[in-house]
Amino acid sequence: MDFTYTETQDMIRDTLARFLGDTYDFETRQKFINSDSGRDPAIWTALAQELGMLGAPFAEEHGGLGGGALENAIVMEELGKVIAIEPYLPTVVIAGGALKAVGGAQADAMIPEIIAGSAIIAFAYAEPQGRYDLANLRTTAKKDGAGYVLNGHKGVVYAAPWATHLLVTARTGGGHRDRDGVSLFLIDANLPGIVRRDYPTVDGSRASEIYFENVAIPGDALLGGEGTGLPLIEQIVDEATVAVCAEATGVMQKLHEGTLEYTQQRKQFGVPIAKFQVLQHRMVDMFMEVEQARSMTIMGTLKLGLPANERMAAVSAAKAKVARGANFVGQNAIQTHGGIGITQELAIGHYFKRATMIEGQFGSHDYHMDRYERITLAE
Amino acid sequence: MDMEFSPEDLAFQQEVRQFIAENYPADLRDKQDEGEEMSKEDFLAWHKILYKKGWIAPAWPVEYGGTGWTPTQRFIWSEETARADCIRLMPFGLAMVGPVIYTFGTPEQKAHFLPRILSGEDWWCQGYSEPGSGSDLASLRTTAVADGDDYIVNGQKTWTTLAQHADWGFFLVRTDKEAKQQEGISFLLIDMKSPGITVRPIITLGGEHEVNEVWLEDVRVPQSQRVYEENKGWTCAKFLLAHERTGIAGVAASKRGIEKVKAIARTELDGDKPLLANAFFKRKVAELEVDLAALEFTELRSLAGPNANRGPGPESSLLKIKGSEIQQRLTELSLEAVGHYGAPYFRGFGEGDNEHPIGPDYAHRAAPTYFNMRKTTIYGGSNEIQRNIIAKMVLGL
Ligand SMILES: Cc1cc2nc3c(=O)[nH]c(=O)nc-3n(C[C@H](O)[C@H](O)[C@H](O)COP(=O)(O)OP(=O)(O)OC[C@H]3O[C@@H](n4cnc5c(N)ncnc54)[C@H](O)[C@@H]3O)c2cc1C
Ligand SMILES: Cc1cc2nc3c(=O)[nH]c(=O)nc-3n(C[C@H](O)[C@H](O)[C@H](O)COP(=O)(O)OP(=O)(O)OC[C@H]3O[C@@H](n4cnc5c(N)ncnc54)[C@H](O)[C@@H]3O)c2cc1C
Repeated sequence: MDFTYTETQDMIRDTLARFLGDTYDFETRQKFINSDSGRDPAIWTALAQELGMLGAPFAEEHGGLGGGALENAIVMEELGKVIAIEPYLPTVVIAGGALKAVGGAQADAMIPEIIAGSAIIAFAYAEPQGRYDLANLRTTAKKDGAGYVLNGHKGVVYAAPWATHLLVTARTGGGHRDRDGVSLFLIDANLPGIVRRDYPTVDGSRASEIYFENVAIPGDALLGGEGTGLPLIEQIVDEATVAVCAEATGVMQKLHEGTLEYTQQRKQFGVPIAKFQVLQHRMVDMFMEVEQARSMTIMGTLKLGLPANERMAAVSAAKAKVARGANFVGQNAIQTHGGIGITQELAIGHYFKRATMIEGQFGSHDYHMDRYERITLAE
Repeated sequence: MDMEFSPEDLAFQQEVRQFIAENYPADLRDKQDEGEEMSKEDFLAWHKILYKKGWIAPAWPVEYGGTGWTPTQRFIWSEETARADCIRLMPFGLAMVGPVIYTFGTPEQKAHFLPRILSGEDWWCQGYSEPGSGSDLASLRTTAVADGDDYIVNGQKTWTTLAQHADWGFFLVRTDKEAKQQEGISFLLIDMKSPGITVRPIITLGGEHEVNEVWLEDVRVPQSQRVYEENKGWTCAKFLLAHERTGIAGVAASKRGIEKVKAIARTELDGDKPLLANAFFKRKVAELEVDLAALEFTELRSLAGPNANRGPGPESSLLKIKGSEIQQRLTELSLEAVGHYGAPYFRGFGEGDNEHPIGPDYAHRAAPTYFNMRKTTIYGGSNEIQRNIIAKMVLGL
């Protein structure tokens, strides 16, 4: 057994950490997330072109670094440490993951664009009635000649305001919660009939409500088989789920470090508050949650290649544990900071917000415990 | 022992219910339903209606304008106002400085300030905390130096809730630097329009302007505005911190909160069923109800118990700890219930610029409220400090 990183993996982490250290301090982040567009496009370009980071999980023949899920986890953890809003998750992990799985002409065409930073892809999968069920879809894609006509409403699509493309789940058949009849499409974000309502999110990113009104899409927008897309969607969402666990690990580490640092400086009753045993024990508990989040992320990541049931059980175990941990570490970071912790001015609260959103992303603690039980404890 | 309301209590409950139904302002209700931020006028609108009715200060002695209600009637009152979602009355005048003034103040102070607190003419704020003095309140450094009939006050206060609206503030200041910490503090009433006072906003995590920094530079305050003896302000401070026993637990509001969470979870879908049919979610709601019942009956025991007519004791710490934890769990359940729609930020890009809600209309306040309510275990003496109080005062450790 060997949990050490390879030289390339170390290089990815160090390069990215150094770059983010130089470009992504908290004040700079606040400046651009509060700007009209909500981002600084130069960062994405630099991640692609100067660092080659958007190629981390892709094959060398597409211009990538030849990595996979572990490399994604390394990148996501570093992005978490600076609460970056860069759309690495939907573009590289999710859309990239789908393209890698499908291969062929679609992958050959799009992956180089992702690596070059010229494509930003948002993942439009959630619907208002669907909660975390990936098959619960009312969006439809009806066959129309060689292509399809798309209709429906997708909610809270992160990064959609910046996207050049959308990865969309839709029904090509079946009833609204059937496993069969689900398809995955990669489409141009600016097709006629796509209506977007953009807004900021509480964790500093941007998202949209997207309405598809008789959007004509070409036949080759379909990724994988028609009506049999759910297993592929579940696989890429599992990859995405461990990727946010990795991000959470970075976020939680910073929440913990920030709290350690603050309590050693802040004096009350004539001593640094870190001297109060009740706070010490709490910070120890936070530390244990951070370490277990890291362990579970690694476990989930390493099991992504297993057969579906084993993979899903591992990912759900990881996400459930990380969701609880993020909740505990986030809340206690704020509590231990006292009043200053609830101000917008301090970074700690913004880490807390991201940690809070991660709790529910791709399924809450309860959702994943339920999925875990269904797989592992079925009678 | 019994827990039934008497026929008189039930009649009182009817009277209260009817009064609220007939008098609570409809436009205020609309604003609340829309989740809009409340203005000073909004807070004062309900205050003035209650003042006219003579119901503004149920906790005060009758001679100063109280209602003379029994503890049970006061309990009914807080239940009914919470049930009807009435806007909360600002505690700083009615629940905090008012009782200090009628307990420790001079006849002149009572005659001048109490009627103005009741009528809502003066909006009060609380100037206790300082950047270096939070939990360790007695270490405060803002100084008041005697100068003829006045004090000259210098220092900085922080976390001053809604000071941007305040006409008056009650401040703890140091009048003797040589004395032991608690013994050199005085309790001053300061006109917030005095020259030398600057109020600066602090924006909190949910995006609200609720707290402020208050700077005092050579502020001249007549000594006649000191309550109680010089250097004995700590007595007033402690009295005030423990005073408001009813209401501190927030039982009635949390009961109402549970109803709201249930309403959301009946509307939100989980598969083909409402979220409230989900066994995990339902269990969390039920556990919260059980914990709330435990809090409620602990509060009722403390209201009706042998200490009922003594000043509130350290048991108020228990109510604060458990009440605030329940309030936070409620906001956590709401956020969980709204799923993806917790993420849209409901404010627009500009300051004070509200976007129309995205997603269901009960969703857009879920995340800001969750973030905002982290304060409840921090303010009013953090829950760690409350536990220290119980350890020392109740358990004798
Ligand atoms: C089943 C069992 C088997 C054992 N086997 C062995 C053995 O084979 N050989 C051997 O040598 N010993 C053995 N022990 C003894 C064991 O190591 C001691 O019980 C242990 O070190 C605790 O000491 P104590 O029982 O005196 O509790 P105490 O030291 O009196 O502690 C009482 C409580 O106070 C807490 N406490 C103490 N100090 C602090 C502090 N500074 N901060 C916070 N909390 C504190 C403790 O955590 C504990 O909860 C065994 C004990 C048990 C129960
Ligand atoms: C929303 C809000 C509104 C407020 N409104 C007002 C107001 O109107 N007027 C006013 O005067 N103040 C107000 N406050 C201030 C409030 O009373 C203080 O925030 C509170 O007393 C905690 O002080 P602090 O923030 O400096 O935290 P600190 O005292 O720095 O505490 C930081 C952490 O250390 C813990 N800690 C400190 N000492 C100990 C100890 N001995 N043992 C164990 N743990 C300890 C605390 O519990 C906390 O978790 C408000 C605060 C908030 C958040």
